[in-house]
Amino acid sequence: MHADPALIDHLARLSRLALDASDRERLANELPRVVALLDSLARASVEGVEPLAHPLELSVRLREDVVTEGDRSDELLALAGESQGGYYLVPRVID
Amino acid sequence: MFADWEAVIGLEVHVQLATRSKLFSGSSTAYGAEPNTQASPVDVALPGTLPVPNREAVRFAIRLGLAIDARIAPHSVYARKNYFYPDLPKGYQISQYEDPIVSAGRLAVRRDDGSEFVVPIQRAHLEEDAGKSVHDAFHGATGIDLNRAGTPLLEIVTEPALHGASDATAYLKTLHRLVRWLGVSDGNMQEGSFRCDANVSVRRRGDAKLGTRAEIKNVNSFRFVEKAIDYEIERQVRLLESGGSVVQETRLYDETRNQTRSMRSKESAHDYRYFPDPDLPPLAVTPADLERERAALPELPAARRARYVAELALGEAEADALTAERDTADYFDVVQRATNDARLSASWVIGELAAALNEHGTSVAQARVAAPAMGELLARVKDGTITAKSAKDVFAAMWAGEGTPDAIIAAKGLKRVSDDGALLAAIAGIVDANPTQVAQYRGGDDKVYTWLVGQVMKATRGKADPARVNELLRRTLDNS
Repeated sequence: MHADPALIDHLARLSRLALDASDRERLANELPRVVALLDSLARASVEGVEPLAHPLELSVRLREDVVTEGDRSDELLALAGESQGGYYLVPRVID
Repeated sequence: MFADWEAVIGLEVHVQLATRSKLFSGSSTAYGAEPNTQASPVDVALPGTLPVPNREAVRFAIRLGLAIDARIAPHSVYARKNYFYPDLPKGYQISQYEDPIVSAGRLAVRRDDGSEFVVPIQRAHLEEDAGKSVHDAFHGATGIDLNRAGTPLLEIVTEPALHGASDATAYLKTLHRLVRWLGVSDGNMQEGSFRCDANVSVRRRGDAKLGTRAEIKNVNSFRFVEKAIDYEIERQVRLLESGGSVVQETRLYDETRNQTRSMRSKESAHDYRYFPDPDLPPLAVTPADLERERAALPELPAARRARYVAELALGEAEADALTAERDTADYFDVVQRATNDARLSASWVIGELAAALNEHGTSVAQARVAAPAMGELLARVKDGTITAKSAKDVFAAMWAGEGTPDAIIAAKGLKRVSDDGALLAAIAGIVDANPTQVAQYRGGDDKVYTWLVGQVMKATRGKADPARVNELLRRTLDNS
């Protein structure tokens, strides 16, 4: 893998990370090594091994369709940086 | 210019499942609550919270899958779809990607002209809805309501196999009726319980390769879907014919201008980096689960419709009207079994009942004349106790809560006059009172005859059998 600056910028944008020049340079060196390490997995023999979506061989437990949660908006809104009229407020976003 | 081109359309429908609680939390899904009052710590993504899937949502997905002859995966996998938006507090949506619960289904659709086509359905997967952003109510800020966050959705995706806007709309209407019929969704389009995205591309007829597609987002009425697709097909053909090329993008339909326009493109192309959600082991559906759902599956609308035509000899239009809603079909079945007369039952359900529901702005489920009572009423028409005309008065009285058909018939004295003596007396009265008209009739004016019948019916207050009146009046006039 070659970590060119455009790829680093793309990944940073997807992850909402603000990188400065030194971060970028460090990542350009580190990322290929991280990916190479993970790529070593591709060399493992998976003959006869079913694809696995979860490390534990269980299936998910389901709950009954019952409303168990009430209104906790006061508590939860109090954790937010800003709120108004029952809404969380965030910097203006427009599609 | 369009004759050289073929449109290729694939549809994605987000159906909100009719569960009481959310997909991964015990918060209510009721519509219209005050902002953020139905958002639990799981829904707002507080650290340390974990999702637990709702059994009912899984059942609904299986039910829909069975109804479209699909494969139901014994193991399906929840995946994270990663993107940043303020109304998605986790920074990812829990969805299903590589292994959806439902795949490879099909839905037969009837066009208005009676012809049929089959829409191949690629997949249907469970996923959670995001919250709602309010852009215009706050100065310089966006408000976030997380009540909708975590609401269960089933996203139903067709193959790119439709070729016109009207077929796309016919499919959507059929699917809409099906999800309501199965009870998996209320299908309320105003409240966003049935939302459609359309992928549209065009190619030269005979080309095997698909053209570049544009995605039209969130059109919330059947009429607008049809218009939006038509507009988009025309836009793409004109663009390509004039040497341009279609850009893969998301477009919004503007109903007031009847056109689609490019959404200001997000910073980068979609790159959701799906991966299996480590918080959720695979979802297992056992053969026993499948059997239970299969056993609970109601007779489907297409089968019910076909049965009405083949076994009950109803017309196509009647069968369509009766199977538009499951409640209507169920109501009809009760009435039909009570009367053993499909024609009569159909005409009352489609006619008098529908008119009353319409007038009172209510639904079959809330009808003030229940199906068994309607059955009793029509039984009195069938056995000749009352005339069809009196039956309408009885029905109105039943709707007004005046009692059972028999009680109303007795109280209002609506029993059909079947005694010839009483009828002949009424006829004699009319003949005596209207010498001029009688003379006209005898002089060969047959038009006045209908008027005379009307007078007799009026004198008996609609309780006489019109056929018998006709017979006796002719005899009286012609023989004396």
